Amino acid sequence: MKRYQEIKSEALKRLEQERADNAPIIRITMSTCARAAGAEETRKAIEEVLEERGLTAKIVNVGCLGHCYAEPLLIIDNPAVGFPPICYYEVTPNKAKLICRSYFEDGDPSFEYVLGAMEENDLIPPVTTFPRFSMEQRIVMEHCGLIDPWNIDHYLEKDGYASLASILEMQPDEVVEIIDRSGLRGRGGAGFPTGKKWRFARLQENTKRVVICNADEGDPGAYMDRTIIESNPHQLLEGLAICAYAVGADEAIIYVRAEYPLAVQTIRHAIKQAEEYGILGENILGSDFSLHVTVFQGSGAFVCGEETALIQSVEGKRGMPQHRPPYPVEKGLWGRPTVVNNVKTLASVPPIIRKGADWFRSIGTEGSPGTAIFSIVGNVKHAGLVEIAMGTTLRTLIFDICGGIPNKKKFKAVQIGGPSGGCLPEDFLDTPIDFDSLTKAGAMMGSGGMVVMDEDSCMVDVARYFLEFTQKESCGKCTFCRIGTKHLLNILDRITKGEGKEEDLEILQQLAEDIKKGSLCGLGKTAPNPVLTSLKYFMDEYIAHVKEKRCPALKCRALIAYYIDLEKCARGCEVCVGSCPVEAIFTAKGRKKAIDQELCVKCGECMAVCPPEYDAVFKVSPPELAPIVERPPDQQPKKASGEK
Amino acid sequence: MKITVDGKVLEVEEGISVLEACLQNGIFIPNLCFLKERERPHASCRLCFVQVEGMPTPTTSCTLPVKDGMVIHTNTPEVRRLQKTAFKLIMSGHPCHAKTCPVGKNCTLMKIAKFLGVGLGPKPYERLDREMPDLIDFGFMYYSPYRCVLCAKCIHVCKTQNGKPLLTFARRGFETIVAFFQDPLENTEEKCINCRACTNICPTGALVLKDTENVEREDEAQTA
Ligand SMILES: Cc1cc2nc3c(=O)[nH]c(=O)nc-3n(C[C@H](O)[C@H](O)[C@H](O)COP(=O)(O)O)c2cc1C
Ligand code: SF4
Ligand code: SF4
Ligand code: FES
Repeated sequence: MKRYQEIKSEALKRLEQERADNAPIIRITMSTCARAAGAEETRKAIEEVLEERGLTAKIVNVGCLGHCYAEPLLIIDNPAVGFPPICYYEVTPNKAKLICRSYFEDGDPSFEYVLGAMEENDLIPPVTTFPRFSMEQRIVMEHCGLIDPWNIDHYLEKDGYASLASILEMQPDEVVEIIDRSGLRGRGGAGFPTGKKWRFARLQENTKRVVICNADEGDPGAYMDRTIIESNPHQLLEGLAICAYAVGADEAIIYVRAEYPLAVQTIRHAIKQAEEYGILGENILGSDFSLHVTVFQGSGAFVCGEETALIQSVEGKRGMPQHRPPYPVEKGLWGRPTVVNNVKTLASVPPIIRKGADWFRSIGTEGSPGTAIFSIVGNVKHAGLVEIAMGTTLRTLIFDICGGIPNKKKFKAVQIGGPSGGCLPEDFLDTPIDFDSLTKAGAMMGSGGMVVMDEDSCMVDVARYFLEFTQKESCGKCTFCRIGTKHLLNILDRITKGEGKEEDLEILQQLAEDIKKGSLCGLGKTAPNPVLTSLKYFMDEYIAHVKEKRCPALKCRALIAYYIDLEKCARGCEVCVGSCPVEAIFTAKGRKKAIDQELCVKCGECMAVCPPEYDAVFKVSPPELAPIVERPPDQQPKKASGEK
Repeated sequence: MKITVDGKVLEVEEGISVLEACLQNGIFIPNLCFLKERERPHASCRLCFVQVEGMPTPTTSCTLPVKDGMVIHTNTPEVRRLQKTAFKLIMSGHPCHAKTCPVGKNCTLMKIAKFLGVGLGPKPYERLDREMPDLIDFGFMYYSPYRCVLCAKCIHVCKTQNGKPLLTFARRGFETIVAFFQDPLENTEEKCINCRACTNICPTGALVLKDTENVEREDEAQTA
């Protein structure tokens, strides 16, 4: 503890010196999501304007705040002028220049670009007036987007590594006991009790134990783990070190996918800094405990997130799951007892140690204490990363916190748990989000991917999309998953093309059940979930596709047609004609337009460009509903007639 | 130790799997990927299901160590349903050309079909085609993807013989195949011709040596 206090006070001293000049601080989000939204250009623009105008301000890169719908975000903190720290949203390079000039030169905080103040004050409404801020509860992401992930001092300032320092004075069993009592369950998908896993590892005779942090994160659309590493890597490292101490490991590996270059760099840098400070490496904080942490870059296969496949991959073999038992805690990497934990699981550990198991239990539900982190994407207003107490209902999360469905559309379904999860309809919106309730509903907590879908989504097509993913990502080892999911995919493909047979529905159901029971690993065991839940909750859509050759959501191309309503079409308007890539639109009677159904490829371009005052293009299913308009001989497409 | 299988009490040695115990005692359980010598069962064919009393669902018997007092049923409706589905799935990617097949009468798949009381076709599933040639040239032998059931026996014996496997899995999903890697610094061909562990163990005739007889057969298969 003494060594820790020294390190911390040195860090505080350094920060104090840095801030002695009282210069304003501009924090800009610089995680992968913000960079994709143009944060690098915004930063350059700020540098330029500061330089041009001779302004002094420090620019600090921070990680992701979770508000990905509003990236890039900027927080200007200038206590000298009496403003609270102010957060700006969607800051393009031009906006950044405007904001900086008016803030620093005119003392005007540009209210029109303000998202909110980061503190309570009398001047500017704080961000906490938005449910997206106030209804979240942050344990793992508490400091994300607020501290500099590349500077360990920032983490130390927030009492970082104090938990590690304190457990070094405990017996490892006491640490396991705290985690056990906290009721923490693995955030990697299955929700296995973490304390139980650690205790199991301690019981192994072999004392050459290893800890692996699973940051493979292969679910399409999920990026929580990446964000946590990019935004606050030290909280993960602290949790990792506590875990290693508790289970008696002196080696730890962080398995990150190679497609996450920024996360890899950030974590490598963090490890190096922690080692320089004596917080990792030999004799941590002056104790007998040593830990070597390395980063392993996985090749990005989804199945490598499965723990036994992950271990095979670290051993240099093809990432193929193995039968369990033996579990990795018994016989894992190189035959040694191996604890595999998810990023969010490990990052939950330092706050639990600091505030106690009872505090953690007071958040969330009896069976699933703590918080859940989701990356919410799809048809939802405020997409991004959200951390909420377990037990929050889907309705609260989607409608109150994330602002509901945009464009006045109706909610249709929410897909939780990525390719292994299920699609839940409106009736399930009051389901509390926790491991057991979601599993009961047929979905899964998974690792936290959530896709919200509006009325325009076809559930058969959604199931087909996920099956295509699992079939492609199946490791190919076992019969049910390798061949069974191929059949599921083929059948779904047929149905979306209008070639489905009535008996297909029964085959889908039976085969999906068998794949679930018969597969070797979690991938195959959960792959049928999108099919089973959509069959259960959206059977009418399947029947419409199969029996009526109709796609109720007007999504499946083979089952729809576009036509132009001659009543509504404006005489002489030509907008749609040029938009059609295949010259399917021709002039019919009265200089109105019509679509040649033979040529139409159903891209929907004409519908998109038809001026709103006419709104003459319609989409129907089944395609026979579209009125046929004869194409006059003098109106034949040029291309087709010219070429042949 | 004693276990009970389908009402019969068996005296079995410790440390073996339920599958092995049953096979030793003349109780057949369908299996394709089980190899006694393997340290960890491959457990990929998913045919060897049994129901253990006290367990919620059927389990693969090749991965199940015997335990004293265990009560096992090899033929519950649930077990049979999984076995039949697994078998049909395998057959949906393995069209049977009995006349030209190098395995001939001694075919494990036929034996399993007979045992389960099903045909060799995939009904109600459709036949699946691979976007792959029927035969892939491995130098001194041929590999035929549509015959292979990916039991990995060849990979295991190859590794045991050579220290490192020359055979390995490649690709993913339904397109998964066995691939062959020749070390350019070694005269693998000579070594392999003398070894032949893989062609000897392959249960489906997916790996065959290129002697003239086989080549002719394969040509027939191609034109047939
Ligand atoms: C197909 C498949 C993919 C998985 N992918 C991940 C992943 O990306 N990240 C992860 O932490 N766990 C993943 N898991 C779960 C792991 O196998 C393992 O349960 C988890 O890492 C344990 O950590 P936890 O106890 O902290 O949840 C996956 C499991 C399966 C079956
Ligand atoms: S269930 Fe799929 S991913 Fe898992 S072992 Fe079987 S084939 Fe591989
Ligand atoms: S080639 Fe034969 S032995 Fe090898 S995996 Fe295929 S079926 Fe099994
Ligand atoms: S013999 Fe058990 S799964 Fe193949």
